[in-house]
Amino acid sequence: MSYHRITLSVNGSVEQLDVPSQMTLLQALRDKLALTGTKNGCNAGECGACTVLLNGEPVNSCMTLAVECDGASVVTVEGLAGNGELDPIQDAIIDEGGVQCGFCTPGVLISSRALLDRNPHPTEAEIREALVGNLCRCTGYVRIVEAVKQVASSR
Amino acid sequence: MTHWQNYHLARSIPDALQALTTAPGPARIVGGGTDLLLDLQQGRHPPVHTLVDVTAVPEMTVIEIRADRRDASAGRLYIGAGVTHSQIVASPFVAAHAQALIEACGLVGGPQVRNTATLGGNVAHALPAADGAIALLALNATVEIASPEGTRRAPLIDLYRGPGRSSLEPQRELLTGFYLPLRGGRQASAFRRVMRPQGVALPILNMACWLERIGDVISDVRIAIGPASPLPVRAKSAESTLRGKSPDSETLAAALAALLSEVHLRTSPHRATAEYRRHLCSVLLEDTLQSAWERA
Repeated sequence: MSYHRITLSVNGSVEQLDVPSQMTLLQALRDKLALTGTKNGCNAGECGACTVLLNGEPVNSCMTLAVECDGASVVTVEGLAGNGELDPIQDAIIDEGGVQCGFCTPGVLISSRALLDRNPHPTEAEIREALVGNLCRCTGYVRIVEAVKQVASSR
Repeated sequence: MTHWQNYHLARSIPDALQALTTAPGPARIVGGGTDLLLDLQQGRHPPVHTLVDVTAVPEMTVIEIRADRRDASAGRLYIGAGVTHSQIVASPFVAAHAQALIEACGLVGGPQVRNTATLGGNVAHALPAADGAIALLALNATVEIASPEGTRRAPLIDLYRGPGRSSLEPQRELLTGFYLPLRGGRQASAFRRVMRPQGVALPILNMACWLERIGDVISDVRIAIGPASPLPVRAKSAESTLRGKSPDSETLAAALAALLSEVHLRTSPHRATAEYRRHLCSVLLEDTLQSAWERA
């Protein structure tokens, strides 16, 4: 098994890691950097619980190799809040009751943040399309969509 | 379980070929990895020694108009095999010349998958209903393949040998990109698919159509459909019933009859019955033809 030394920015801090060829970004975040906010749901690129921003775009970290991320910038759910304040999408999802068991929530927040960064005033159809890769077995999605709408209409 | 030992991030096509041909064990090209890594991890693909990642090869990650090497006035749309589905959806060049490909790539997976999955991977995996491949087939794409002997071009369909089996020699050849004819006056394309559930799913049936319109007549047309055989299908007899005709209900009925006679629709346990797929042929044929017709 070959090892690779990679340097990447995670939530704004530069990390240098030695990672085996097989290690996924999800494993590196959880096991090497103790960032356990990102969840391992299906481990097959289907459910979106492991979604992180890689150079600003949402990807499934369970299907991304850590070694591919050399030089990249990664944002996880831990990176959304700053200066002691939650991100507006975090406030909104609490406010709307868009969290039940919470397992999909980190991925949902990251996909929503990516959408709002690209398109600050999405339509409901655009919101649903942006969240199509994030499965939630509890909420029925309505309250999640309402939370994104709340942020979209607040600015 | 060790699914692969080594990972090589190629910086150029020669670098990728060198890594592929000199690996001390089985080596495979990997793009976004959304199919291959899963197949390796879940045991559907035998373990390999080396993965050669081609997503950082500059010539394989561009979308551009290139002059034809024989005829400088006839350009081609070049799409590198390492281009992601999201990049295709956002490309003004693809929007101008290959609308069916935008519609197809926008339906693959969800945003997370489209941000990493490559067009080359969609084709090299050789599934008969890969959305990108069906659109490329209707758009008459040519593939470029690099090997230690040099590069060659071939019609897209030549890559297919069976479901999941491509004609590429896995340890000597690399699919580097696609060449598509530029869109001429009164030409247009469209792609549709039916899937269940709406969202992240494999197609029950998909179809792409390219046509050229002169007045009220379809002067030329290409139709691709999947899954309608172990390989992606060009519906050539449906095409010949349409050529030179107006797309009225009589012509459509004749084209549908021709289409149904040249496809081999199967019942698949998790997706749909053959009977339902036959029904969808009519829906998709009308939809894609009409959409391309209105755009042309």
